[in-house]
Parts: sequence; structure tokens; C-alpha cells
Amino acid sequence: MRHIISLLMENEAGALSRVAGLFSARGYNIESLTVAPTEDATLSRMTIVTSGSDDVIEQINKQLNKLIEVVAVMDLSEGEHLERELMLVKVRAVGEVREEMKRMADIFRGRVIDVSDKTYTIELTGTGSKLDSFLQAIDCSLILETVRTGASGIGRGDRILK
Amino acid sequence: MELTGAEIAIRCLQEEGVEHVFGYPGGAVLFIYDALFNQEQVKHILVRHEQAAVHAADGYARSTDKVGVALVTSGPGVTNAVTGIATAYMDSIPMVIISGQVPTHAIGEDAFQEVDAVGITRPCVKHNFLVKDVRELAGTIKKAFYLAKSGRPGPVLVDIPKDVSNTRTEFHYPSSVSVRSYNPAQHGDAGQIRQAAQLLLGAKRPMVYAGGGVILSSASQQLAELVRLLGFPCTNTLMGLGGFPATDKLSLGMLGMHGTLEANMAMQHCDVLLAVGARFDDRVIGNVEHFNQEKRKIIHIDIDPSSISKRVKVDVPIVGNVAHVLGDLLEVLRGSKQKREAKVLAPWWAQIEGWRAKNCLVYKNSDEVIKPQFVIEKLYEITHGDAFVTSDVGQHQMWAAQYYKFDKPRRWINSGGLGTMGFGLPAAMGVQLAHPDATVACVTGEGSIQMNIQELSTCRQFHLPIKIIALNNRYLGMVRQWQQFFHGNRYSESYMDALPDFVKLAEAYGHVGISIDKPSDVEPALKEAFARKDKLVFMDFKTDQTENVFPMVPGGKGLSEVILSEEL
Ligand SMILES: Cc1ncc(C[n+]2csc(CCOP(=O)(O)OP(=O)(O)O)c2C)c(N)n1
Repeated sequence: MRHIISLLMENEAGALSRVAGLFSARGYNIESLTVAPTEDATLSRMTIVTSGSDDVIEQINKQLNKLIEVVAVMDLSEGEHLERELMLVKVRAVGEVREEMKRMADIFRGRVIDVSDKTYTIELTGTGSKLDSFLQAIDCSLILETVRTGASGIGRGDRILK
Repeated sequence: MELTGAEIAIRCLQEEGVEHVFGYPGGAVLFIYDALFNQEQVKHILVRHEQAAVHAADGYARSTDKVGVALVTSGPGVTNAVTGIATAYMDSIPMVIISGQVPTHAIGEDAFQEVDAVGITRPCVKHNFLVKDVRELAGTIKKAFYLAKSGRPGPVLVDIPKDVSNTRTEFHYPSSVSVRSYNPAQHGDAGQIRQAAQLLLGAKRPMVYAGGGVILSSASQQLAELVRLLGFPCTNTLMGLGGFPATDKLSLGMLGMHGTLEANMAMQHCDVLLAVGARFDDRVIGNVEHFNQEKRKIIHIDIDPSSISKRVKVDVPIVGNVAHVLGDLLEVLRGSKQKREAKVLAPWWAQIEGWRAKNCLVYKNSDEVIKPQFVIEKLYEITHGDAFVTSDVGQHQMWAAQYYKFDKPRRWINSGGLGTMGFGLPAAMGVQLAHPDATVACVTGEGSIQMNIQELSTCRQFHLPIKIIALNNRYLGMVRQWQQFFHGNRYSESYMDALPDFVKLAEAYGHVGISIDKPSDVEPALKEAFARKDKLVFMDFKTDQTENVFPMVPGGKGLSEVILSEEL
């Protein structure tokens, strides 16, 4: 099962490699991992998308908690949560495709953020599956480059990770 | 007053009450060695290889409940130390390793003797630090000691660049320390403890399985009280030997791959299992599926939540310091109105006595060739079961664990988790330094001892009268045994050819060497050796080359799928 795990950790050199090292050393999956400082400059917030049986997820949670620099861990997928991912896609856009591309971007609430005479660069946010659908909806032979951030997640309502 | 980083490092060790530092100098730690030179409180033990420094600090820690300290230089100093650090990590031994690093401005430039010490050790330390600013040095060392000793103990590395050790700042050693992201549990949950008590009082086929956590948290007193109060059978893991007295009738001995039949069968067939500071690892319960075939309720006490329900699902998890939890559990049990009668357990004990009657550790002694088990039995007798015994890794380790009956904690010092050959002698140095008047024996093999044989020189320098008991079978015996059982007798590279004359070798280092070939000479040799209180004696016992360790639960098999000795 897919899980989205959120954690707060000390914003210190090497903290990220402890988390990444833990996943590779114990053979856990990482689908994506995002990290950046928070409003409190001493803390970083990380979102990890992983998958595994319940037992494996339980171990992942415990092992993450065991890292000295990890302040708090929450499995967002255990409750209501929101997740968003940012994608930048560069597509070939010439001739009639140009109009079509713009229209598709609009449908998905994307924005064209860079234009050349042969290309568009489209910015899109949403859940991972929305981004997947966009890539499926357009002619894949036109895709020149995609960059995705991986999911960032947050609990709904009063669910707060502190 | 302003001090250099190097002086601060040594002052911190003094503040922590450190008596011995095991180390080896080099370019990146020269300032620290200079600071050591100018004081007397912290004694430095110069080893002959950094791996030995860490093992010695480890043996020191295991035998005392103090934090072991090692000091190594950058680059090869650190890489040599890694095996020792990993050994300590696997067995949760409290230790602080100080390593030198190239100057901060040179980090990342592939400078001479530069390695990413924090990176290389990351997977085998509890935590590590690179100190880039001398103003953070004292606080970091304070934290390192705190982390090493609290919660589930473990090694912590502090990497100090050379310029940091030579920069001055005001010294102030913090009196307390707190790490906001680190709050290990102390007391177990009261509700869980009550539930555990209920289960224990209702058990018909109970079993207590005690691991290294009992030793680490100094909880053997509480464990013994609990086991005796309930009249339950108790088994110890390889790491837990001495946690419950082996000579007590309630003890079923060691369990696991080379555990006793009674311990393994009781483990498999109990209805309520109390696991204390143990982690159900593969060498202990073998095949998990096989273990799970029998239904039982499991109570698991451990300081580390990640050890609970890792390999085996448990019913009543209790996270906390083993000593505290056992204390609380005892109180609940004593206060309980539910009294149990001995007869409830009578059928279970009868079954256990049936297994015990098999006498699974029996071996056929010989007049011609020395049986390794016999040597350990004699060692036990001659040292009145009261020695500190360190060991290396292999058959000799298992025989020592099986035939030396440890009644006290911290007497059996071995590398259980990592299984590091070369551990025994340096660990014995740490033990002997911690207990100058105690009898310290190192049980080893002719393979293992050669992995840190250079330490005979350290023993000479510091007058460490360790008694080395080499069970010399001219084979990497444990490897040979597996090859015999599982690889069609193809003894690929397990014969130890071209062995040195260990007697001459011992003498070359300034010690005493004795070679023993005949069974009738075993006892006199041991007596003679142990009578020489001021001397290191290397006893080279030429033992039976074909002897195997029994019982044996082959890797991947279940606890009841055991191979017994041909005698049975
Ligand atoms: C550093 C290291 N290398 C390899 C091994 C694998 N190994 C386990 S037991 C063993 C044989 C040990 O031989 P010896 O020390 O002579 O002891 P014996 O088994 O003969 O008693 C070996 C090679 C190990 N445990 N540690």
C-alpha cells in the first residue's frame, strides 16, 4: 500500500542523508522525497511517499522516529490529508498543436510559463495522479522533458505535525 | 580561560569521569595527543591497531556499565575503527569515538588522510557529529556521552577537524543536556504492565526469554526476582548470558542456533512468552514462519520500539527501560490477589524436564585427543565460574557460551550481533584495565586470535595478565562445520595451514606460552597458567579437529528442527 509520511527534523547538515540512508540500508521503497526548511529555520519538513505492507510501514515509522534528528513523524495516509505535487513539462508546440497544448494546459489548470517558437513549458500542480493524467492526455511524442517535485503533504483541518 | 579545542576535548573526558582512552595517534589528532600529554587524569592506552582500540573500549564498557572511549586519527584511523564501531552498534554498547579530521578548509578536497568519517560510520553508529566550530565542541561531546548511554545505548562518533582542535575558545562544560528530538522512554505503560501481569499469572506453559537488554540496563536482579517469584523457566540469549544465573534450576541455558534442546523446545511450545530486552533475531528463533506455527501470547519489554514487532508480532508491547519495567511488573505481581499454585505449572515442568533429560550438551570425552568442551569445563572449574570471559567468533565461542555457566552479568563478553573475529583479545584488554585484579580469560581460535594478535604487544606494555585459551583445531572450525553439514564435506579454504608456533610467538612478545596436546595435561596447564597472576599466558590447546557444535538448528530452520550430537 502507498503511504505518505511527513516528518519534521532538525535542519542540520547530514540529516537528509540519514533518512535516505535508512531507506536504502533497510531496503524500503522511496517513491518520492521532498524536503525544505519551515517557518522555523531550525526545522525542515520532509514528505516521503513510500509503499509496503502494514508491518513494513510500522517499521519505517519506528525507524524514522529512532533517528536522533527526527523531531516528529506522522503517517498522513492514516487520516485525512492533502497532497500536492508540482510538475514542469516542456513540450514541442508547433503549428496546430500549439493551440491544442494551451487548451489542455487550461483544462488541467496548468500555466504556460515559458514560450519559445517551438516549445511551451507548462507548470502544473495537483495530486500525483492528476499529473499522470495530464501526461497521458497529451501526445507523449511531444514531451521533451518533465520535472516533478514529488508530493508534499499536510493533514486536513486540525491535524497538525508539531 | 580560553582553551584550545584539543584541551577542551580532554577536559570534557575528565568531566565525564573517563579513566581510560584507547587510541592511536596520527596527524589529525596531534593537538589532542598533545593535550593528553599534559595531564594525568585520563590514561591513554596505546593499542597496535585502531580496530583493537574500539574493541578494547567496548570490552571496558560491557564489563562496567560505563561509556567506553576510543581516539583515532583521520582517514585510515577511522576506517580501521569501523569494524569495532559496527560491532558495538550491533550489540548496543555505549561508546564515544573521537576521530580526527582534516582541517575544515581542506574537507572535500581529497586531502591527505581524508575520509568522510560521518558518512562512512553513519549506518553503524547511534549518532555522529562533525564539529566545525570549536565553540560547539564541549556541547557536542556532552551530547555524545548522553546519547551513547541513554535509551538504547550505542556508539557515537565525534569527528574533530585539526584546525578546530587548535582554535581557542572559552571552556564551559554544560551541566545538563537535552535533545528536543530525543526522549527515550523510561517507564513502561502501566496498563500494559497490568495486562502483562494478568497474562503471566494465567499462563500454563510460560517461558521467560531474556536478552542483552537485561545486562545493558543492569536488570538481572529484577529479572531473577521475577523468575523466582513466578517459578517460570528462563532462557538467555548469547548476549544475555549471566542475566539470569545459569546454575539456577529455573535456567534452561542458552537458546537459539546452538541453544539447548530444552530452551528451544520450551520457546517453541510455551503459551505465554515474556521477552525481555531481546529481539527475536534469526540466530535466536530461526525461521519466523516455523516459530509462528505455534500459537502463544507474547509480552515484549524493550527500550527500543523498533525492536518490537519487527520479526515477530507481539500481543503486549511494553516500551521502557528493562530495569524499570521489571521493577514495576514485580510490584504488580506481588500486589495481585490472584495467587498461583505450583501445581498449575507441574505438567509444563515435567515436559521441560523430559527435554532436559536428553542432556543435549553431552559429549564423548577422550583420552587421546583434547575435546574443546572439556577445556571449557575445566576452565569453568578452575576459575570457580567467576572469571570475565571474552571470546572471539566461531565454534570456541559457542562452546564457551554453552559450557561456562555464567551466574553474573557482564562476565561474558562477546560479539553477538556482528560476529567479529578479532574481538576477543582487545576486548579482554578493556576488561582487564577496568578490573585490574580480576581473572580475565579470552577463549579464542587459532583463526580469530590472528586477527588482532598484534595486541599481545599492548598487553605487554600495560602488564595485562590475560589468560588466552586458544582452542586450536587447525581449522576455521565453524566454517568447516557448515561445509561438512551443508556443502558436502568440501572444506574450501577452511584449513589453517602454516600456523605460527604460538608458544614462541607469545614469548617473542614477552609473555608465557604453553602448548597442550594431551587431555591429561589440560587441567595442570590451566592451573599453572591461572596461578601466574602477573603474567599473560597463551595456552595453545591442540583440540579435536573434527568436533562439531551441538545442538544445532540449521540456518532457516525452526527451533524444533534441531540436529543433536551423534551421542544422542
Ligand atoms: C572478521 C570475520 N571474518 C570472517 C568471519 C566468518 N567466520 C565465522 S566463524 C569463522 C571461523 C573461526 O575460526 P577460529 O577462530 O579458528 O575458531 P573455531 O571456529 O575453529 O573455533 C569464520 C571465518 C567472521 N565471523 N568474522
